[in-house]
Amino acid sequence: MKRADGRKNDELRPVKMKVGVLKHADGSALVTIGKTMALAAVYGPRELNPRHMQESDRAILQCNYTMAPFSTKERVRPGPSRRSVEISKVTREALEPALFLKDFPRTTIDVYIVILQANAGTRTAGINAASLALADAGIQMRDLVASIAAGKIEGHYALDLTGDEEETTDCDLPVAYMPKERKFTLLQMDGNISKDDLKQIIRLAVKGCETLYEHQKKALLEKWSKEGFE
Amino acid sequence: MNIQTRYIVSHLSKGVRLDGRKPDEHRKIEIEINPIEQSEGSARVRIGGTEVIAGVKLNAGVPFPDTPNEGVLIVNAEFSPVASPEFELGPPRENAIELARIVDRGIRESGCIDTKKLCIKEGEKVWMVMVDIQPLSHDGNLIDTAGIAAIAALLSAKMVKLEDDKVVYEKTDKKLPVNDIPVPVTFGLIDGKLVVDPSLEEEESMEGRLTITTNSEGNICAIQKGNACSLTLETIEEAAETAIRKGREIRALLKKSL
Repeated sequence: MKRADGRKNDELRPVKMKVGVLKHADGSALVTIGKTMALAAVYGPRELNPRHMQESDRAILQCNYTMAPFSTKERVRPGPSRRSVEISKVTREALEPALFLKDFPRTTIDVYIVILQANAGTRTAGINAASLALADAGIQMRDLVASIAAGKIEGHYALDLTGDEEETTDCDLPVAYMPKERKFTLLQMDGNISKDDLKQIIRLAVKGCETLYEHQKKALLEKWSKEGFE
Repeated sequence: MNIQTRYIVSHLSKGVRLDGRKPDEHRKIEIEINPIEQSEGSARVRIGGTEVIAGVKLNAGVPFPDTPNEGVLIVNAEFSPVASPEFELGPPRENAIELARIVDRGIRESGCIDTKKLCIKEGEKVWMVMVDIQPLSHDGNLIDTAGIAAIAALLSAKMVKLEDDKVVYEKTDKKLPVNDIPVPVTFGLIDGKLVVDPSLEEEESMEGRLTITTNSEGNICAIQKGNACSLTLETIEEAAETAIRKGREIRALLKKSL
């Protein structure tokens, strides 16, 4: 199958990742996949207020996903939407399995994701950036979380759909994956596919995550090898 | 691991659940069609001690600019404190929003509503189909209870009259154009094992949740993982197979109730 932008079925759009992009955050990252740009900032572990929200035996993880008003063709109305509330929730649940929250009782780790530009795959780009920002903040993790969507266009499986492709796809399946653990921490799907399609599409997404994982490691090394971190 | 979780896990390792069910067994499902006469269609569904009413209301409105000749589907859920001491008043929170969006995606992606038939005047006026979900009792697995209630309500819904471009709330004999029956099946993941239709006790002890919605062809139309857990590929594939099989059983039950 020929894709509109000339990519192969199992090919990602151009990927750029950079960590330590924000001065005031404890950890930060900017991830660009095609025209989608996600910025993530991490604060913490830090004291959690109000105190009644504190957990005596562990930290809590709080995630917020926001789209910048200028990120899409039609302006995005500021403030939470049903969509952004759901994405914030699944993002938190995608990152939490990678963390050791029991190490930091009574604290919070706050993750803020801003989508600066959107062309499909914003939740997955956000998770890639957030995972990098957590590592950049020096928070121990079981593994980095890599995330990408795959789908099926006109009978062909395809990785990393663009906005135009999303409109014609039979299926949009975003996953987040810890490559070393070989475990999925985000799994969503909408479309209409068979059980066998599901297997193939998940396998394609895993391949994409493995590639992104290499990009993530490279981005972390780029900053931290320079600063002499062992 | 707390005592309850340990108790559930030790039973599950022998293939038994606290209420005596097998891992792939639902609690008793009861479906009552049209308990609310004022709505265009409604259903009350019980799964064990969990109970949900879903109601369908129709209205005429402006279509979305990118689909000028298609009706609009809106699914909403309000978790009232009547259903659980854990629920609080106020605008829908994370869990209610997620539930509504899981049910919405199952219905929307199955293509069961022929939205083109809901066009009144292209670009100006279309039917808006509003599905409201009201949990009455939360005893575990609200998602499936709500999903089954929503599709049952849609299948039972009748169109209302349109006079001089105004909606007159009088039911006609014409049915809402619904051609498929998407069924969600939710799993709890406890100690790495899948259990279908988790009870409240199991929900309190489970590390993960996975919902898979299937249609009449046995295809998958929506998936949602929940909770801060991680899943293996084997678990996902096992869940997909079970969801297709259990979905078929529930679909047959739904057809019988209509």
